[in-house]
Amino acid sequence: MIDSTAPRGPEQPRLGGATIVSPADSPRRAFGRFENVHKAFKRPGQTPLTAIETVTFDLQSGQLISLLGPSGCGKTTFLRIAAGLIPKTSGIVEINGAEVERPQPDFGMVFQQPNLMPWRTVLKNVLFPVEIQGDADGRAVQRAAELLSLVGLSGFEHSYPAQLSGGMQQRVALCRALVHQPKLLLMDEPFGALDELTRMEMQDLLLDIRAKTGATLMLVTHSISEAVYLSDRVAVFSPRPARIADVIAVDLPYPRRPEARYAPEFTELEHRASRALGITR
Amino acid sequence: MTPQNLTRSLYPLVGIVVILALWQLYTWLSGISPLVLPSPMEIGSVSIKRHDLLLQQTWPTFIETVLGFALALLIGVPLAVLVANSRLFNLVLYPILVATQSIPKVAIAPIILVWFGLGISSKLALAFLVAFFPIVVDTAAGLQATPPGLLELAHALCASRRQVFFKVQMPAALPFIFAGSKVAITLAVIGAVIGEFVGSMAGLGNLVLAANSQLDGPLAWAALVWLSALGILLFAAIALVEWLMMPWERASQH
Ligand SMILES: Nc1ncnc2c1ncn2[C@@H]1O[C@H](COP(=O)(O)OP(=O)(O)OP(=O)(O)O)[C@@H](O)[C@H]1O
Ligand SMILES: [Mg+2]
Repeated sequence: MIDSTAPRGPEQPRLGGATIVSPADSPRRAFGRFENVHKAFKRPGQTPLTAIETVTFDLQSGQLISLLGPSGCGKTTFLRIAAGLIPKTSGIVEINGAEVERPQPDFGMVFQQPNLMPWRTVLKNVLFPVEIQGDADGRAVQRAAELLSLVGLSGFEHSYPAQLSGGMQQRVALCRALVHQPKLLLMDEPFGALDELTRMEMQDLLLDIRAKTGATLMLVTHSISEAVYLSDRVAVFSPRPARIADVIAVDLPYPRRPEARYAPEFTELEHRASRALGITR
Repeated sequence: MTPQNLTRSLYPLVGIVVILALWQLYTWLSGISPLVLPSPMEIGSVSIKRHDLLLQQTWPTFIETVLGFALALLIGVPLAVLVANSRLFNLVLYPILVATQSIPKVAIAPIILVWFGLGISSKLALAFLVAFFPIVVDTAAGLQATPPGLLELAHALCASRRQVFFKVQMPAALPFIFAGSKVAITLAVIGAVIGEFVGSMAGLGNLVLAANSQLDGPLAWAALVWLSALGILLFAAIALVEWLMMPWERASQH
């Protein structure tokens, strides 16, 4: 298993040339800005359906922010707007200094389902983004192999997705989202379909990868404990139409270990999130 | 082949042997004229003894079938791409395709003959006409059944339409294209034979007619045997190409 607590000295292998930034010492400049984001879906013959009322928050470079909210509140919609996959109705979505109006080649995306291509081997699946962007060179192949070994899938490079378990497939999807060294990684309930144990392993893996790549992350989740365990900050969404119910700063130190889940501070943060969700008072 | 598979393929074999034995017994006991119903052994021996003639007549039918099928693939797949990707083509072309499909091919065979003559091209045209439809329909269905998640992934990566088509839609449609091709190739054999029946100078269908008119029942039946062997062989050839082109399908089965 990958130990996210291992010391990371300069002798650590670099991820295909990606700068290794520990989140603690990365500069906290605003990387993404979401201001009064509003989304209404047009419906033929009916009044438009308001999915997102208004959402405002900042995204700091190198940070991991979770979007936590009840089912159907508009989290996926928000993530897809941030990814440039669908247009917002009004508001500002600015990432890395530019308005997001279409998909960005330097974003990475992990969907709720692995979405692997059954006709491609694991390695070829991981290489898909660089292939699309026209730089599937030897360095990219090496990077893909490194990522696969990082998630414990060495030796499966030439397997087909159908030969892997669900958790392994989602790890491949994670590698694919990282292979083109995205500035921003967007994840929509990436571990939602996994069992509790695999899910916790994947969470540690994600933290490890984040520490090694310094990527900025936005992650949608249903799970309060997942949100608290992973994040620098948790943005809690209200039920549809979404508003921000609370933004919770999680001041637990990284690297986080599974034991952190049982600390009183952790429980306190979970409680605050559950209050924001209206589950507890 | 696993033992289970072996017993599974044994069942139809046993069935065939039983039917042939009953058939053989019936021809012996009834003394029926070989023109009406030759015995399996007689058909078998003619199939082998006259293999020169049969092989010679297989060749034109083979060419008609394969060329007709190839043409159907060549025209059918791009047409399916248009139908699947353009609303306009879908609205305009698809009903026309379905309408033309409802015309019985046997009925237009004489007209085709008038247009293309007694030679190979009229049979090729008929083989094409029957093979065309399943290829278009299955390919279009395959292209439209591309998992939306994969399309969204490609979109999120700023893939061009060309890349989406060649790297996502086409591979996703491949199993459908092969399913359509398997139906199409067997239909193409039938198309070619219909053409030969209506008017021809060569081919296995022609041989069936010629043998019949010469009251050579065993030869007519032998031509039938060769014809079905041709159909099975062509089907197997498509299955082999499929097996070679889709290694991931075999990987997932074990
Ligand atoms: N393409 C669409 N057209 C119309 N309405 C949509 C569309 N996509 C989402 N919606 C609506 O927007 C609302 C929010 O959906 P969304 O998928 O963003 O929820 P979610 O928070 O991701 O839910 P879950 O946690 O269950 O995945 C829902 O009421 C849904 O019906
Ligand atoms: Mg969702």
